[in-house]
Amino acid sequence: IMSLSAKDKAAVKAFWAKAATKADDIGSDALSRMLVVYPQTKTYFSHWKDLSPGSAPVRKHGKTVMGGVAEAVAKIDDLTGGLLTLSELHAFTLRVDPANFKILSHNLLVVLATQFPEDFTPEVHVAMDKFLSALALALSEKYR
Amino acid sequence: MVEWTEFERSTIQSIFSKLDYDVAGGKALARCLVVYPWTQRYFGSFGNLYNATAIMGNPKVAAHGKVVLQGLDRAVKNMDNIKATYAELSVLHSEKLHVDPDNFKLLADCLTIVVAAQMGAAFTAEVQAAFQKFLAVAVSSLCRQYH
Repeated sequence: IMSLSAKDKAAVKAFWAKAATKADDIGSDALSRMLVVYPQTKTYFSHWKDLSPGSAPVRKHGKTVMGGVAEAVAKIDDLTGGLLTLSELHAFTLRVDPANFKILSHNLLVVLATQFPEDFTPEVHVAMDKFLSALALALSEKYR
Repeated sequence: MVEWTEFERSTIQSIFSKLDYDVAGGKALARCLVVYPWTQRYFGSFGNLYNATAIMGNPKVAAHGKVVLQGLDRAVKNMDNIKATYAELSVLHSEKLHVDPDNFKLLADCLTIVVAAQMGAAFTAEVQAAFQKFLAVAVSSLCRQYH
């Protein structure tokens, strides 16, 4: 695993401070894109009435997901320990194929690029990409 | 044969017509070299790639980014025949340049980010889907002649 340097963590925290105010929109947009661009991900949400971009269940769930991201930023010094409960949830209850974490991460990065075109520099991009990869890895901890 | 909807065709044409090939290609390549530093392995002759600032200001990176976009332009102009259009390019990347094909996807993702930043809200989910489908076809065609 490519671990986060002090520089990476600083970059993530600094960027997150800007992005956090739009967290709900970011979550909703990223999820909406994922469902449209990677239709296979819809299989996890067959219980929702409406899977269209920006629908009520999508907005609500986007908020939930971003809550997890915020928690991860706060616990960036120990993602594995800090996200233990979330990992158990994803491993035993949700059983989301971990390949999908990468897909959602990609869509998060795309949204960040559209919302923060000036701030989402290549350096911020690499730090966020590493962070989301580390987050995904922590979420996969309990899978097997 | 790849099937393109009218929306997909017009979206791809529109995006590329609005791209400044002199700028966007270099931005995408520079981003790739920063975000996925192992891709620097193919650019030993490019001089200073020691840090993000150096990469983003490197004229050889900018020039080569333009070459890449001009290559994509050929696919844009031949959307119904990308596989054949890219046959020679595929052989070049495999036999002469020895590029690991996984890298094509990394560069494609960086180009997506650059276009997303440029288009902002206009880069809707549907536009993103069309753009990523186009890039996936281009990448797949580039991989075709590897053996």
